[in-house]
Amino acid sequence: MDFNFTEEQIMIRDAARDFAQRELIEDVIERDAKALYPTKHVKRLAELGFLGMMTSEKYDGGGMDTISYVLAMEEISKVDSSVSVIMSVCNSLVNWGLETFANEEQKEKYLKPLARGEKIGAFLLSEPEAGSDATKQHTLAVDKGDYYLLNGTKNWITNGDSAHTYLVIAHTHPDKGHRGINAFIVDKDTPGITVGPHEDKMGMRSSDTHSVMFNDVKVPKENRIGEDGFGFKFAMKTLDGGRIGIAAQALGIASGAMERAIAYSKERKAFGKPIAEHQSVAFKIADMAVKIENARNLILKAAWLKDQHEPYGYASALAKYYAAEIAMEVTTEAVQILGGYGYTKEYHVERLMREAKLTQIYEGTSEIQQIVISRTLLR
Amino acid sequence: MKILVCISVVPDTTTKVKFIDGKEFDKAGVQWIINPWDELALTRALELKEASAGKIEKITVVNVGAVEAEATIRKALAMGADEAIRINTTAKDTFSVAGEISEAIKDQGFDVIFSGIESSDFNGVGVGGMIAEILDIQSVSAVSGIDFADDVFKVKRDIDGGFEMLEVKAPFVATVQKGIAIDPRIPNMRGIMMAKKKPLNVVESANCEPLSEYVQYEMPKPKPPVKLVENAAELVNVLHNEAKML
Repeated sequence: MDFNFTEEQIMIRDAARDFAQRELIEDVIERDAKALYPTKHVKRLAELGFLGMMTSEKYDGGGMDTISYVLAMEEISKVDSSVSVIMSVCNSLVNWGLETFANEEQKEKYLKPLARGEKIGAFLLSEPEAGSDATKQHTLAVDKGDYYLLNGTKNWITNGDSAHTYLVIAHTHPDKGHRGINAFIVDKDTPGITVGPHEDKMGMRSSDTHSVMFNDVKVPKENRIGEDGFGFKFAMKTLDGGRIGIAAQALGIASGAMERAIAYSKERKAFGKPIAEHQSVAFKIADMAVKIENARNLILKAAWLKDQHEPYGYASALAKYYAAEIAMEVTTEAVQILGGYGYTKEYHVERLMREAKLTQIYEGTSEIQQIVISRTLLR
Repeated sequence: MKILVCISVVPDTTTKVKFIDGKEFDKAGVQWIINPWDELALTRALELKEASAGKIEKITVVNVGAVEAEATIRKALAMGADEAIRINTTAKDTFSVAGEISEAIKDQGFDVIFSGIESSDFNGVGVGGMIAEILDIQSVSAVSGIDFADDVFKVKRDIDGGFEMLEVKAPFVATVQKGIAIDPRIPNMRGIMMAKKKPLNVVESANCEPLSEYVQYEMPKPKPPVKLVENAAELVNVLHNEAKML
């Protein structure tokens, strides 16, 4: 067992840290307050190669392993999860899904520009009435010979407006249940697509979350991913990897909050000494550290399994569940340590607390992770 | 045209500096980085190369250091340097470092040699000027800007109350300070992947003897705590009676 990171992994972590601490930090509070899309930062993500970092070099990506991706996600999420979620969707869901399951023509046409960061992707699974139960897709894709005719509505779509390439999950044969689901690559500028208004969210307010409506959208037959009926498996397999990214995001939110709590507790004095020297604060920091280290180890194990091409669905569920839960706990305690300052926007931790909440909800709620974990053990 | 950038490997600027018996810097747990001024110099060198339409063909970095320095040297390669030279010895003083670098590169025909104005560890402020003297080429100090156009380097130097612009013919040494580049370049994923494939040539030391020896290190005295005063009258009182400044 080797707990050391490679030279490249350290360099990637440091590059992500420099990007976050020098560039994202500058306007993160304003973008959150005004719900402004981080246009210039997404351009930088592309320039630095983070948007396609896990895609292999063959398809113009960075060819980095999952551990490197986890390290980068943590550093960026310490500062701004609105940006890291864009990176996560592109890497874990869209690019990985295409590289693993799309055919060569599809990879050439769609994956390469995504991996280069020239285009942004979005993953369209959730619906107004199909969230955790992904088998209840109401979006229909009717086979019309040369093309599928797509109708329906997708909800809570990260990159909903900024994306160029959608991966859409839809029913083609509702009578076949989850075996009647397919995944399609859809150009966002295809006629019949309407993007709903920007969701006014509690946290991660700088990422663009929208509903997307499909009204008689023609999707070429060659844009279906995999064999007929492969869509549900495609979505579930892809979400397994997505969980690692969101777990790393939750880890970054927690460790970012702890770093701020530590710095503040050394500076702030009460009753004649820094509050860090009061046991009640010091023990909170100790509890934070244990939780964060546990989360990190779970996540790195899941990432390592993925890199070893071993099954990682169970490990990623453990990691995502635990990291999201402790992100909520740690950020709440960080706000407590910063007291009144922690409750103001200037000190970041209240924003981290709002961001943490979403990690318990999206890409599989904590309860869904509990189902995955318990079913694995109890079957 | 070829540019050489001298890089020191120094402790991270947030390091809590400790000494062993006042004689030796305690390296335990220290994170090592490229000296910030050298990192800015390398950033500007890379920008000049990219804007030169092929006229600047190669950026080389050189370091005097032991094998442990290689991880940090590879960061320079990840940033975009084409090759690296590590002179296999421990830096002893400013003169020996300048001597080692001069000896290693004297026949390699570098047109411009960048050196950070100082290193953030020993702050010797002398390597660049000494290299120029040893190699008998021009030296421009305190450079805060440099451009390359029509085969001429235009150099900006900060002077008292303003700045001066010089046109300098290669070969020369530029000792650069803050302002040479806005921010150090962050390596991208492709650069990080390429770094291990680029040449990192290790050359043996020319055994340049130092002219000075570090005898004793002492930590600066801790700063007195800040005193917050409530109003102007109290401020006057503190300045007069405690600080004895009035």
